[in-house]
Amino acid sequence: MNDREAVISVRELTKCFGAFTAVDHLSFEVFRGEIFGFLGANGAGKTTAMRMLCGLSYPTSGWGRVAGYDIATQGEEIKRHIGYMSQRFSLYDDLTVLENIRLFGGIYGLSRREILRRAVGLLRRLGIRGEAHTRVRSLPLGWKQKLAFAVATLHRPEVVFLDEPTGGVDPLARRQFWELIYEAAAGGTTIFVTTHYMDEAEYCTRISMLVDGRIQALGTPAELKCRFAAESVDELFRRLARGAKRAQE
Amino acid sequence: MKRVGFWAFVRKESLHILRDPRTMLIVLGIPVVQLLLFGFALSTEVNNLDFSVAAPHRSEAVRQLVERIAANDCFTFRGYVDPQQIDRELRRGRADVVVVFADDFDRRMADGISAGGGEAGGCVDDGRAAVQLVFDASNPNMAAAGAGYLQRLLCAGNAPGAEVEMHLLYNPRMKSAYNFVPGIMGLLFILICSIMTSVSIVREKESGTMEVLLVSPVRPVGIVFAKMIPYFLLSCVDLAVILLLARYVLGVPLSGSVAGVVAISILYLLLALALGLFISTIADRQATALVISAMLMLLPVIMLSGMIFPVENMPGVLQALSCAIPARWYIEAVRKLMIQALPFSAVVREFGILLAMTVALVAVALHKFNDKLE
Amino acid sequence: MRTLPVLLEKEFRLFFRSPFLPKVVVLFPLMIMLVIPWVTTLDVRHIDVAVVDGDHSRTARRIIHKIEASEYFSLRGVEADYAAALRRLEAGEVDAILEIPYRFERNLTARSSEPVHIAANGVNAIKGSLGGQYLAAVVRESIAERIRELGGEDSAEGLVVVQNRYNPTLDYRFYMIPALMIMLLVMICGFLPALNLVGEKESGTIEQINVSPVGRWSFALAKLIPFWVIGLIVLGLVMIVARLLYGLAPEGSIAAIFLAAALFIFTMSGLGLGIANRSANMQQTMFVMFFFVMLFILLSGLVTPVESMPRWAQGLTRILPPRYFVDAMRALYLKGASIADLWVNYAALALFALAVNGWAALSYRKQL
Repeated sequence: MNDREAVISVRELTKCFGAFTAVDHLSFEVFRGEIFGFLGANGAGKTTAMRMLCGLSYPTSGWGRVAGYDIATQGEEIKRHIGYMSQRFSLYDDLTVLENIRLFGGIYGLSRREILRRAVGLLRRLGIRGEAHTRVRSLPLGWKQKLAFAVATLHRPEVVFLDEPTGGVDPLARRQFWELIYEAAAGGTTIFVTTHYMDEAEYCTRISMLVDGRIQALGTPAELKCRFAAESVDELFRRLARGAKRAQE
Repeated sequence: MKRVGFWAFVRKESLHILRDPRTMLIVLGIPVVQLLLFGFALSTEVNNLDFSVAAPHRSEAVRQLVERIAANDCFTFRGYVDPQQIDRELRRGRADVVVVFADDFDRRMADGISAGGGEAGGCVDDGRAAVQLVFDASNPNMAAAGAGYLQRLLCAGNAPGAEVEMHLLYNPRMKSAYNFVPGIMGLLFILICSIMTSVSIVREKESGTMEVLLVSPVRPVGIVFAKMIPYFLLSCVDLAVILLLARYVLGVPLSGSVAGVVAISILYLLLALALGLFISTIADRQATALVISAMLMLLPVIMLSGMIFPVENMPGVLQALSCAIPARWYIEAVRKLMIQALPFSAVVREFGILLAMTVALVAVALHKFNDKLE
Repeated sequence: MRTLPVLLEKEFRLFFRSPFLPKVVVLFPLMIMLVIPWVTTLDVRHIDVAVVDGDHSRTARRIIHKIEASEYFSLRGVEADYAAALRRLEAGEVDAILEIPYRFERNLTARSSEPVHIAANGVNAIKGSLGGQYLAAVVRESIAERIRELGGEDSAEGLVVVQNRYNPTLDYRFYMIPALMIMLLVMICGFLPALNLVGEKESGTIEQINVSPVGRWSFALAKLIPFWVIGLIVLGLVMIVARLLYGLAPEGSIAAIFLAAALFIFTMSGLGLGIANRSANMQQTMFVMFFFVMLFILLSGLVTPVESMPRWAQGLTRILPPRYFVDAMRALYLKGASIADLWVNYAALALFALAVNGWAALSYRKQL
């Protein structure tokens, strides 16, 4: 990382729902080409923070920029430059693989020819060329998730937000999914990922630990393990999460 | 053990509904609003006709007749129009009828009177009437009734006296609430029970939580019943509210056996719940369940149950079809009990039919439900 | 707006791929058009009558004979007294009782008669009151004839002639068919967009759209346009059915009908979309929709005339979009009215369409 260009930068970002402070003065930066792991227990405020970064929700206070745009005022601009994949699988079940690709390519303003060109490459990379005209509903979950990721990066966004992308699939499918993430990161796309799987956290360039809406630790997995004298990210996580005051669901 | 599990489910379902104030408001508020609205507003009685007058000479005789019509509560005078403008007047809907006086109306009236009543008929010898009533008959019911009223009004001076006296039994003031309240009850209970239960069961299927419930020690049938109980209780509250409103606000007599009305209503509620269960077994998605309920149930209930249009008027095939609609029997029974004040023995047939329908529906629905689990 | 064609393509594909929506859109209108016109008649026939004859005169016999001969009535018997007839009415065997008092004819000529008494079962108000009126008309006619025979004074009925325009045969179906078309549009163009949108909410796909740069108007239009198209196609279909099956062709211009329908369809689909936007789940959406649909169907003059409602309810109907459409549709179909005749209705419909769709598009929020 010699060109430390910040793609996401956040200062004192806060979100309150009534008296409840879901996200409490977050400050951090994510650099181009990084895989940034955003870890935390359920209810720690991960999804809330992520929704603000994606322009789905307004911050109560604080300041943040994503891909050079202000999250409070330029939500629609941000949306042009990011990809998003949520824990709820979100392609259209009743459309075929190719139709889904065409739909999202079209939404991001790609030309028909360009969509087709990228679709062919994408299907080959995923190894599902024969399934182009299969309805997404009938694909296995692992394939659906890979496809969803590929669709989320189809328009070559600067940042991709992944909200617990690998829930419910087997270790092999997870491994394959992470290969896609590496590939995208190597191509210069910044990855912002939340996950429950601590082994996945080890793959990240840097990780942050969110406890009760605040960042308790931030650094490369190796740094953090060293600093907290933990054997693994898993142990680190358990030690930090124990201090949480919020009830875990 | 099983019992405890069952009631735990009932509690869960009740909490679900109670914690969703919007749904609560809807389930309890909408029936009240609709009952009041429709109870007061719906009527097929022709009691409000707009009339215009086309008269070449606005003579004293013409003016007197117009005044006589306008004085009647049923008619509202909309002014004089040019005889060329009659069609325009009707097409634009400014008037429902135009009363057209012949240009020699005065002379004929004078002739008729001077020649004595016996000769009055002779006035139309030349084939042209002294008064012509041009109706907008696009609503035939209104035109027919209006023609009757107007003819009687116009001829009041000459016709033989009132040898006919008519009254409506059970509904002497022809209040439409009497007519529509049982119908609205039939409609609302289907809406609340069938649709709400079918959608809430299908929702669990769709979201996959049904699977979680099915692996619990409570038997599948228990789960389904647990879903129905809160809706049943809510509907009972609705029933009580509706009966009180009907009695004290709409002034429906409720003179017969209240126990009978309650008994048959509860049976009907159970039937509606069974119907909801049945729909939930054939629909895999909420949208499907809704379309089935909305399109295949709402409209037939409004149209075929006799709520508005008398069953006896329908062609034979449709009368037969209406026999398959539970609301028809329910509405018939409630009318007998509430309005005619007949004893419960008068509705034994309806009660029996509803009971048989309920049993059949429950049997089929449970059978299908268990089938799906295999 | 550039994304609109892509989104539209998606909506149409999903519609045709749905296992039941295309069927519903074709079969439901057909079913309604085939069945319901036969039901919606207020033309009361087959009224069962019991006569209590206390007079046994020629007048009485003439009345009874007329009842027997009329296609409106079925004479179910002559009872000895009113109590016996009432028992039959309570048992549901007869709908109306006609009681001719003792010495009716004699008193009639003396012009001091006790009136003929008609008691109709008012539980079904329509049947009761119309049946009673028909019966009264038969009695009056018989009496008038009898008086003439007896050399008495004639009634002046001949003085007045009734002309029924636009529906000379007084066929109630002609009155109801345009209304049924509206009912179909209410259901199809109201429910389907609402279901569609809530469906996306529940499956989570809407979130994927929310994080994309799709604009509010493109999104709303992509949801609405398919239902506008479907609504107009359904209308065309049922108009053809009405022509072939019931011989009912519009008197007014077809373009005027489609213009009014388009304005109304905009309103309905916008309403469905707005309600779905505002609701958390399907149950809420459809319950609110049911509320509006029932209100629209029952209170807008579709089944019972607005003129028969009390004043306050008539005032209320002014804020219901279908009221203007019902009015316009009947005038266009039966009376051959023109847009100029109905400009108030068109203006009201256009206003509703604008207001409702504006509200629907604004209620779609990408951000929280």
